[in-house]
Amino acid sequence: MNKSDFDWKPVALVPVLALLVFPFIGSPSTWITLTVAGLAMGMIIFIIASGLTLVFGLMDVLNFGHGVFIALGAFVATSVLGAMGDYTGSSSLWVNMLAVLPAMVVAMLVAGAVGLAFERFIVRPVYGNHLKQILITMGGMIIGEELIKVIWGPLQIPLPLPEGMRGTIFFGDAGIEKYRLIAVVVGLLVFGVLLWVLTRTKIGLLIRAGVQDREMVESLGYRIKMLFIGVFVVGSALAGLGGVMWGLYQQNVVPQMGAQVNVLIFIVLIIGGLGSTTGALIGALLVGLMANYTGFLVPKAALFSNIALMMAILLWRPQGVYALSK
Amino acid sequence: MNENLLTLQGVHTHIGAYHILHGVDLAVPRGQLTMLLGRNGVGKTTTLRTIMGLWRASQGRIMFNGQDITASATPQIASMNVAYVPENMGIFSDLTVKENMLLAARWARHAGQIDEKRLQWIFSLFPAVEKFWNHPAGKLSGGQKQMLAVSRAIVEPRELLIIDEPSKGLAPAIINNMIDAFAQLKASGVTILLVEQNINFAKRLGDTVAVMDNGVVVHAGSMKALAEDEALQQSLLGLAI
Repeated sequence: MNKSDFDWKPVALVPVLALLVFPFIGSPSTWITLTVAGLAMGMIIFIIASGLTLVFGLMDVLNFGHGVFIALGAFVATSVLGAMGDYTGSSSLWVNMLAVLPAMVVAMLVAGAVGLAFERFIVRPVYGNHLKQILITMGGMIIGEELIKVIWGPLQIPLPLPEGMRGTIFFGDAGIEKYRLIAVVVGLLVFGVLLWVLTRTKIGLLIRAGVQDREMVESLGYRIKMLFIGVFVVGSALAGLGGVMWGLYQQNVVPQMGAQVNVLIFIVLIIGGLGSTTGALIGALLVGLMANYTGFLVPKAALFSNIALMMAILLWRPQGVYALSK
Repeated sequence: MNENLLTLQGVHTHIGAYHILHGVDLAVPRGQLTMLLGRNGVGKTTTLRTIMGLWRASQGRIMFNGQDITASATPQIASMNVAYVPENMGIFSDLTVKENMLLAARWARHAGQIDEKRLQWIFSLFPAVEKFWNHPAGKLSGGQKQMLAVSRAIVEPRELLIIDEPSKGLAPAIINNMIDAFAQLKASGVTILLVEQNINFAKRLGDTVAVMDNGVVVHAGSMKALAEDEALQQSLLGLAI
């Protein structure tokens, strides 16, 4: 797409939302803190949601079991980080990274491998039937949660931030937690890599084309099922990475954490437009910001706020902010 | 070498509970342009989609280049150098014209790897493709989209082009361009199977013709013979060419 053809209005929603709430918050430092916290939360949700939006766009598959990969990633991180106490206990961020990076890689590998099996045995038999997809993928998630309980136990497990990632950096009076900045950087990296793959490579071109018209992609001679399996595995691995990030953000993990995040992910996908990566980013940032602003301003409305946001967006653009041509 | 590139023998197709094709027999001679004619809803599009494997034949046999492709998957059929342009053109509207072309050039990883000589030939057939190279395909007019759809089908050398109603909804001037382009393609030795409602289009281009009615081929022969026989046209198509 030419740069001049890009629709900037949805991108503008993020600063518009941030500026609109500023008068209600009053204090600039609190506003900055909440905004960065919202962006960090949004970036983690984006990492989790990015794979799922492509899975839906490419094969019209509603995977309500995506949450299990989040939980799996987080639990794998507890094991890997737990075994690398020497590195997580250091006050140096770089030494901490020597533990966190392997935890991320292992979580992605495990979630990706389980994703491969999930696609083969749970999703593949129900292609083309949304009701069955919802039922069987939710069932898959329940089984996944139970298996996590068998391996790691049913109780909450603490996942403390490594020493060097704790603490707050002050910009004037505004305090920003270090980990939130790290989450923003990781989210931007994932978005950058995804965008590069989708817009600069032939595989990305095939994914974008498949999201629009998979039958035509097959008519051009490409085996889209293989492409779909690849996207499903990568999406599951990204959910695993998101699980590590989310677990560290919450500093504890429970087997049900995937189901809890699932609701937010689907709100993000619907806001962004099913199948759109850029839409998922905008949706995730809006959801993250909204959750933090309402949590501060009207805590009782925090749960409702994202549903209200989704309704408002759908009244403006019923197919989501970046609806894809099908 | 078999003189027919593609043959269908007694092909039946069901779509859900509907029985659409009732035993289609069709032969597409190598190097010729075969017109598939018939009124709306007689099974022309279903025949093309069944050949491409987009709908599965429930009975009968489809042979391409001496190979049985009845049970082959669509990508496998396309990989045998068969290109398909569906009735809705199948343009990826969120992609640019260049990206649409790149997708069809299966072995090219970027636009620079598309056969330059062939690309220039396509540009000479359809100048709009070059003019709007970097534009989103969704912004093209109906005629330009059709040109892109055909260009995409021929970006690599093909043995068989299957095209569903290329003149549908196009202005007469664009139809004439399209006829010239198909004439050049035919002269290059490509075998073409074309569904068409525009009788002038069919008369000017067709070498052989098959007419369908109620899910079967009710007439097959030379286009010239059909064009000269008004009574036959009336009985088969309900009109005179």
